[in-house]
Amino acid sequence: MTRRPYERPIIVRHESGLGNKLSRVPALRPQEEIDGVSVEELVKTYGSPLFVFSEQTLVQRQRALADAFAVRWPKVRTAWSYKTNYLDGICRVLHREGAWAEVVSEMELDKALHNGVRPDHIHFNGPFKPESALEKAFRGGTLVHLDNFDELRRAEQVATRLGKRPGVAIRLSVAAEGIPPWTRFGFHLESGQARDAVRRLLAGDKLDLVGLHCHLGTFLLDPAAYREAAGKLAAFAEELRTEHGIRLQFIDIGGGFASHNALKAQYLPAEQATPSFEQYADAVCDGLRALQGPPKELPTLVLETGRAIVDDAGYLITTVHATRRLPDGRRGVVLDAGVNVLFTAWWYRHDVVPTRHLAGIPEPTVLYGPLCMNIDVVRDALPLPPVEAGDRLVLRNVGAYNVTQWMQFITLRPAVVMVGRNGQHGLLRKPETLEALTSWEEVPEWI
Amino acid sequence: MNLGTRLGDLAISDSGFVFDPYTGASFTVNATGLHLLRALKDGVIDRAGLLAGLDEAFDVDGADAGRDVDDFLGQLRRYELLPRDFELGASEVTP
Amino acid sequence: MSTVAVTGLNATDNPAPGVAVARALKDADPATRVVGLAYDLLDPGNYAPAWFDDVFLVPYPSQGSDVLRSRLTEILDAVRIDAVLPNLDSELPAFVALEGWLHERGVGTFLPTRQQFDLRSKLHLADLGERAGLPVPETVVLSEPAELYTLHEKLSYPLVIKGVFYGAAVCHSLEDALHAYHDVLAKWGAPVLAQRVIRGKEIDVCAVGDGAGGLLGAVPMRKTLLTDKGKGWAGVAVKDPEALAMTERFMDASDWRGPCEVELIRDEDGKTWLLEINPRFPAWCYMTAAAGANLPWLAARAAMGDTIAPERGFTPGTMFVRISIDQIARLDDYEALATTGSLVDRAHRFQGEDR
Repeated sequence: MTRRPYERPIIVRHESGLGNKLSRVPALRPQEEIDGVSVEELVKTYGSPLFVFSEQTLVQRQRALADAFAVRWPKVRTAWSYKTNYLDGICRVLHREGAWAEVVSEMELDKALHNGVRPDHIHFNGPFKPESALEKAFRGGTLVHLDNFDELRRAEQVATRLGKRPGVAIRLSVAAEGIPPWTRFGFHLESGQARDAVRRLLAGDKLDLVGLHCHLGTFLLDPAAYREAAGKLAAFAEELRTEHGIRLQFIDIGGGFASHNALKAQYLPAEQATPSFEQYADAVCDGLRALQGPPKELPTLVLETGRAIVDDAGYLITTVHATRRLPDGRRGVVLDAGVNVLFTAWWYRHDVVPTRHLAGIPEPTVLYGPLCMNIDVVRDALPLPPVEAGDRLVLRNVGAYNVTQWMQFITLRPAVVMVGRNGQHGLLRKPETLEALTSWEEVPEWI
Repeated sequence: MNLGTRLGDLAISDSGFVFDPYTGASFTVNATGLHLLRALKDGVIDRAGLLAGLDEAFDVDGADAGRDVDDFLGQLRRYELLPRDFELGASEVTP
Repeated sequence: MSTVAVTGLNATDNPAPGVAVARALKDADPATRVVGLAYDLLDPGNYAPAWFDDVFLVPYPSQGSDVLRSRLTEILDAVRIDAVLPNLDSELPAFVALEGWLHERGVGTFLPTRQQFDLRSKLHLADLGERAGLPVPETVVLSEPAELYTLHEKLSYPLVIKGVFYGAAVCHSLEDALHAYHDVLAKWGAPVLAQRVIRGKEIDVCAVGDGAGGLLGAVPMRKTLLTDKGKGWAGVAVKDPEALAMTERFMDASDWRGPCEVELIRDEDGKTWLLEINPRFPAWCYMTAAAGANLPWLAARAAMGDTIAPERGFTPGTMFVRISIDQIARLDDYEALATTGSLVDRAHRFQGEDR
């Protein structure tokens, strides 16, 4: 008698509400390759865990965004949000596609310049711009978005000292229904603070107001919020034109478009919940329709989309290190990547797929990271057939924020690679080494 | 309740459907689990016997079947299909 | 003989419409084969062989349309399906996304578009009301619990806290509202809505739109008995020209295609408000068949590509009273569903046995 293939023995109790997880539904289609390059080859070459970025997806998302807006508004500019992912390789692909840079610190400003971005093709946001940063920005013609009254005054002083009259934008905080207000940034529109800022700027007569900026929030699933915000910006721009004769060069609607990820408190899956770029573009451009004036004087629409471009392009390959049974019956799986490199696991229910067909009955499974920390959980209660040590899992849509917010904690950070369009692949960032880490450390001589 | 009665009365179907008439609970087992349940029901309660039976029916080469059998028995204890204090080769059973 | 797939078999104390829809289809033509698409082993409809010839478990909507498509592919290998009538709000986006693929596989649908579906979402109901000229009670979209502390400036208590898909609780105080907010958020996610309470008589209209602004059929109903949870347990078909006119205005403004339930309330001053549009049949839709306007059958025929003339007649006074009975289920049905995820051709399997 021929022996049948072996599977880990499993018994699962039928429980109301869980019954369906037992149905023979192939919920976990394996992903064996990324853009034609096998996951195994990538791991053999660069090790595990490993962040992999698809150049093709990155380019497709960037073009899809630009195209969706270009057919609805005459002048559109995208500015790559550096904080979302400022690996040089990622930034350069997007700059090659025509994106300007959007930075929120002097370090990011330097990084954009290092990537060859023209200083006057950079939007400079954020609540913290010291004098040295303002000076660097004004010298090169970088577009500074003013955040508060102290910064306005500081900007005037720097401009006077340099003998320049820079064009600046002001950041507005705008209320939109259903969106938690981000009132800690910018000048409040509804309270009248924004009008005060404009009056103050005009009275100072040292800076030219050339743009308005607002950023509603992050992962906003309802495009209607953008219609409302864009409408308010447009109405304010009209007020500036009619009352003060100001002709704005640009209106910057910020970022916040959702990627194909799923928030933990989200019921519908991403493919059904995430609006398309077209839906966002419809909403924004509808709102901007309140702008009057001759068409050729219409301001440029600036987009600082980050997550919705790069998230879908990023993968994290991870390897199963061990499996265990938890007292409540769930299966625990220890991976070689945890919240140290996957910061976004706090907020998102990341899509996890195996790289081979997993036979057997799915059991409720918790995915743990490698840290000796109770909070290191990548997914809880994921229905997963049994996996074995050495199996690979691929986490998808992890390209945003992780490789900027990750922590060097307990272990070293892994390599980041890009897969190109013809099956070529190369490093974006080397894996960290102990030497690199300790090279920054000193030991005082008396120790 | 001793091991023999509880396991003996368990309705085990070839489809992998298991029904416990004492609690009304039902379960799904996979092929290897079904094999182990039947072996236990037939009175094979020593590790070597269970592993030998598995090895005869399934291609266990390279797998850690010992670990898997312990895990499976742990699940049976958790579902109270085996007594809490059941240990392989140490329990008195009259199948 | 035609085969129609029906979802929403969880006929519990807050029933989904699937069983009622299946029963209406069998009423219209007993030869119709009804295929149940169930989400849980214990969905009561799985154990109602009189109305469901086959049952298949399908993945939860939250698993995405890709997974649903592969499961439907397996099902279509086992049985022919001429049309599918999805009956749950949360699964509609997936079925709408798969519409083109379903048509290629020979499965007809009669569904709203995704735009229509979003338009009647509770989030955008006020806009829809404005567009259709239908009054909607003041609604506030809550983005964080802190907004509850200033809510009394916009709405006075009592008010209703609602989830974006399901769930609603009348709250008499801030404490109530905070509790309801977190409860709804945990179950259905963000955002959460607060709505002014209108006191009056509810009128629910079961309706089918033709997708071009017209109304194919509609039956207004008044609830005559409520459960302690406020759900209708008995009701009667009523002649209500205003409710029908409002339903027509909704159809005209939205070009709604397929079934829906229009929830209205008439206040003490006689003004009628639009409370909600549910994008599917209500659980009481079997009554429309008894009233002479079998709306599930009408939708099924439209889904199968028949040209449908509007059927606007029905018998006011047709009454329903819900009844709870203990259906005897077969352990081998349960076993088949648990182990294979399907119960195919049940009638044939148990031929000759006492059912």
